[in-house]
Amino acid sequence: MKVSISWLQDYLPIQMPIDELTEALTMVGLEVETVVDRYHYLDTVLVGKIIDVQPHPNADRLTLCLVDVGRRQVSVVCGAPNVKTDMLAPLALPGTVLPDGNTLKKGTIRGQVSEGMLCSEIELALGSQKSGIMELEQDLRSGAKLAEALNLSDPVIEIDLTPNRPDCASVLGIAREIAAFQQSKINYPVTTITNTGNRIHDLASVKIENPDHCPRYAARLIEGIKVAPSPFWLQERLLSVGQRPINNIVDITNFVMLETGQPLHAFDFDRLAENRIVVRTAHKNETFVSLDEKERHLSDHMLMICDGEKPVAIGGVMGGLNSEIETDSTRVLIESAYFSPTSIRKTAKALGMGTDASYRFERGVDPQGTVKALNRATELMLEIGDGQLVEGLIDEHPAPVQTPTVHLSTAKTNRLLGTDLSRKQIKALLESIELSVSNNGSDELVVEPPSFRVDISRPEDLMEEVARLSGYNNIPPTFPHMAADTHAVTPIIALRQRVKELLTGFGFTETINYSFMDALACDRLSYPNDDQRRQTVAILNPLTEDQTVMRTSLAPGLLETMHRNINQQSRHLKLFEVGKIFVSNAPPKLPDESEIVAGCWSGKRFDGAWHSKESECDFYDLKGAVEGLLRGLHIQKAEFTALPAEACAYTKEGCSAKIMIGEQNLGILGEINPGTMRAFNLKQNVFFFEIDLQRLAEAVPTAIYYTAIPKFPATTRDATIIVDEKIEAARLFKNVKIIDEELVEDLYLFDVFMGEPVPVGKKSVSFRITYRSSKTTLEDETVNVLHKKLIDALIAEFNATLPSD
Amino acid sequence: MEQTIEQIKTSALQELEKASDTESIQALTLKYLGRKGVVTQYLRNISQLPVQARPVAGKAANELKQFLDNSFKQAIETIESGLSLSVDQLDVSLPGRTVYAGSYHPVTQVMHQICDIFARMGFDVAEGPEIETDWYNFEALNFPKNHPARDMQDTFFVTDNMVLRTHTSPLQIRIMEKQQPPVQVIAPGKVFRCDSDLTHTPMFHQVEGLLVDENVSFGDLKGVLTAFVHQMFDEQTSLRFRPSFFPFTEPSAEVDILCVICRGDGCRVCSHTGWLEVLGSGMVHPAVFENVHYDTQKYTGFAFGMGVERIAMLKYRIDDIRKFFENDIRFLHQF
Repeated sequence: MKVSISWLQDYLPIQMPIDELTEALTMVGLEVETVVDRYHYLDTVLVGKIIDVQPHPNADRLTLCLVDVGRRQVSVVCGAPNVKTDMLAPLALPGTVLPDGNTLKKGTIRGQVSEGMLCSEIELALGSQKSGIMELEQDLRSGAKLAEALNLSDPVIEIDLTPNRPDCASVLGIAREIAAFQQSKINYPVTTITNTGNRIHDLASVKIENPDHCPRYAARLIEGIKVAPSPFWLQERLLSVGQRPINNIVDITNFVMLETGQPLHAFDFDRLAENRIVVRTAHKNETFVSLDEKERHLSDHMLMICDGEKPVAIGGVMGGLNSEIETDSTRVLIESAYFSPTSIRKTAKALGMGTDASYRFERGVDPQGTVKALNRATELMLEIGDGQLVEGLIDEHPAPVQTPTVHLSTAKTNRLLGTDLSRKQIKALLESIELSVSNNGSDELVVEPPSFRVDISRPEDLMEEVARLSGYNNIPPTFPHMAADTHAVTPIIALRQRVKELLTGFGFTETINYSFMDALACDRLSYPNDDQRRQTVAILNPLTEDQTVMRTSLAPGLLETMHRNINQQSRHLKLFEVGKIFVSNAPPKLPDESEIVAGCWSGKRFDGAWHSKESECDFYDLKGAVEGLLRGLHIQKAEFTALPAEACAYTKEGCSAKIMIGEQNLGILGEINPGTMRAFNLKQNVFFFEIDLQRLAEAVPTAIYYTAIPKFPATTRDATIIVDEKIEAARLFKNVKIIDEELVEDLYLFDVFMGEPVPVGKKSVSFRITYRSSKTTLEDETVNVLHKKLIDALIAEFNATLPSD
Repeated sequence: MEQTIEQIKTSALQELEKASDTESIQALTLKYLGRKGVVTQYLRNISQLPVQARPVAGKAANELKQFLDNSFKQAIETIESGLSLSVDQLDVSLPGRTVYAGSYHPVTQVMHQICDIFARMGFDVAEGPEIETDWYNFEALNFPKNHPARDMQDTFFVTDNMVLRTHTSPLQIRIMEKQQPPVQVIAPGKVFRCDSDLTHTPMFHQVEGLLVDENVSFGDLKGVLTAFVHQMFDEQTSLRFRPSFFPFTEPSAEVDILCVICRGDGCRVCSHTGWLEVLGSGMVHPAVFENVHYDTQKYTGFAFGMGVERIAMLKYRIDDIRKFFENDIRFLHQF
């Protein structure tokens, strides 16, 4: 909402400097966004002294003028008849945006260069004189800025209105707020028009078919109107808030809307079939051409203003081409209505039209202001448009809007606000914004809000008024009583934090990627057709092509982030993210949201330096990090097993593992496969893991109990066996533990070897077993026997041989 | 016997001192311990000693053999591990072996900081779904259908009735549905709005706060938020509470803080107002209490919400919110 100081001053004196005024408005809840002087377009218009006038060689009606603007002289082609030497006139320099919207450019007019424009009053919107350039007083200094020379200044305040304050979508509404904090009175515009006479009912009629969409519709009729440009003062008012004048009739409806907040519409009465108005919802498949010359396809919930035959306006949104005021219109029907806010909002949304009228109607106009605004516009039209009133008023009012009475307790008000205001103070505050207030009992106030305050219906609404009028900053800060019986931290929150601690400790950098992904990401990750990660949640109104669905994996985001970084020459990356993925359910059920921790490693294992050569990371580096993560969480039973080829989507077959706890799959770990690398434009190996955080949480021991530190020494024995190369090391390990869990404390693999002299298809595996008893020091002989038993069992189980064989 | 054990040891160690590479140490190993080495020869010649001297000499020779073997091996290891400099001559200016510390995302860091401050005051932490029904995101929070207040947030829709949550406020409803007062909780999380420019990204993070009990006042709201701002920034950061509108609070307040860049003098960051808007807040609207069946006569409460990126931008002086989600490691490693 824009309002100029000069316009406000029509209704009340502004007593404070502009800075204080905007601050005060902001502090009562009318946030001032910008203050721009309405004459800022004159910044490049100077006072020019015409020092020479010569006829234009190629045009009879033009002259060539030399204009002095202080430090220099400017050549200008001028067409004005009144131009003469020694005259002072406004000179607009190239770049000036004139009030009609055109930007002035340096130009050549019939072969002569013109470096500016000598302007008339009307061209600068400084008056209505259009014949001839504007003659300035001789005492002005040439070269001075015109606005400064003429002392032109009119700050225009733009207020960011909150949706609850439609009453302030009007100059009077803002004046009312200023009056409250300035403690001054408003001079409301007075209308003297009366409702006597019935002639209007002989000529016109209004029928409301849908009172729930249109509770009130009032109209007046004026004859003998002369459509013409508006007088200067009216044009100026509209221009000051950025509205372009059209003609006197349309300008008056706009002016009264801006003044009062009540949108009005003027119909050419002679273009209304059967000279009547029918307010009804649209028929199915009805179409309509609105004032902006667009064809609109209507639905049956949309309220239309119709004549005897057809729609003539989209109620509360926009008029139609077929009934607009034209230069030869003589009879005007002025509409002033109260439309249901919901109805107008639905229509405006569905049609994608937001107009000054719909903005006000959908927030709620003053239901009692209908006729007042109509009378104001009518009087202005009689005066400016030279028309005659058709006696009488149409005021169809089938569904009056009730205004509530609200009871306000002083004690409760003070309790909610933390204030200590007396009833008298509260009463005075409420009365300052035109609420009618009376006492009831010793504590209570009975308040009747004025009809324009459509936002007030509960005591809390009034408490807010009290708070903002007495000043939020005058309420002393206090501290609430805080209950001590707070709740324990949710395990998943604690786990997430620990996971981040561990991973950052391992040198991984946390990233946060968008929760959206490209719908094609599922193909890029080669998910099988029946994979549930293809059940994406689609967004109906995505911002960009690559954010059309919610992610079902953290892989796309991390891989894209890798690609972006590699493009920036950051090749060595250890990244992770903790975030949600979303799998769609049949609505209305909400999608499944699961939290995932995923990480990737690419490039170097560590930097090369003077003490060691650099080397590239591999599967086992990332596996080590994942193992470290699990160890840090005290998860001991995790197993890594080969991910079968058919289960590998974006990781490489043979280089991918499942992370298992018993039967539960925590996640996967593997090398990104070449297809996925291509899809994400990656040219260096990437190793990737993802783990479901909830399942991880379930694997974390709920309590940790101390284990006694061993009292007796351990003994180790090494062994090397040769087995089939396909046998996973973990299977050997498991077997050892099964054979004697009691005395085998640890098993450590120190070498795996394939190649000569180990036969083809076999590998040699060397490991060290640590033996320890909690009851005694083991004798060598005992260990030797046990060790041989274990090795023999492995040989039997895995068809192994010993190296010397 | 030409040499005594001691003599052999001394000369071996002298030669080892001079050996600077692996090859020369290997040569020494061969010279002393090889099949025809000095120590080996000595051992072979023990039989020529008097009978009573033989055990002592044998033991000494074996000990020397063991000692030299260890010394040579250690010397080779030292060379191979690159530390050929002797202990009292380190070049301490050489860089150490790098141990990388990863880093938390700046949003995570600031989120932790915010949550810590409120947790210390006694607030619980709760989380909820990021895709919400219309009821939790709007309707229960007193945003009626077809109300202009819905325009205050550019919403991503999944269906007519399902949205990406536009704020963390749905947690207010979810918490109050489950719990009777007193309620004192914060709810951090991701939120979504279809908007993208220097100060908006389609996804960002908020921290919501809710406190409901008997006799909770607007003054209490001011107290809690003032304490928060003073901890988050500093004691000199003054606050300004300004009337505003949110459908789920009344009275509603925007909270401005004194510009942390210019301290009120006016700069580009605060659009020359001296103030920065950082929080939305207010007293819980009775319509919201009615939706969760709280006794509006008995309980009052306040709620607040803040954008984490906004605070992180002020704290770290970041001028483009999109940087948070580009995840350039040259950016991330700064925090």
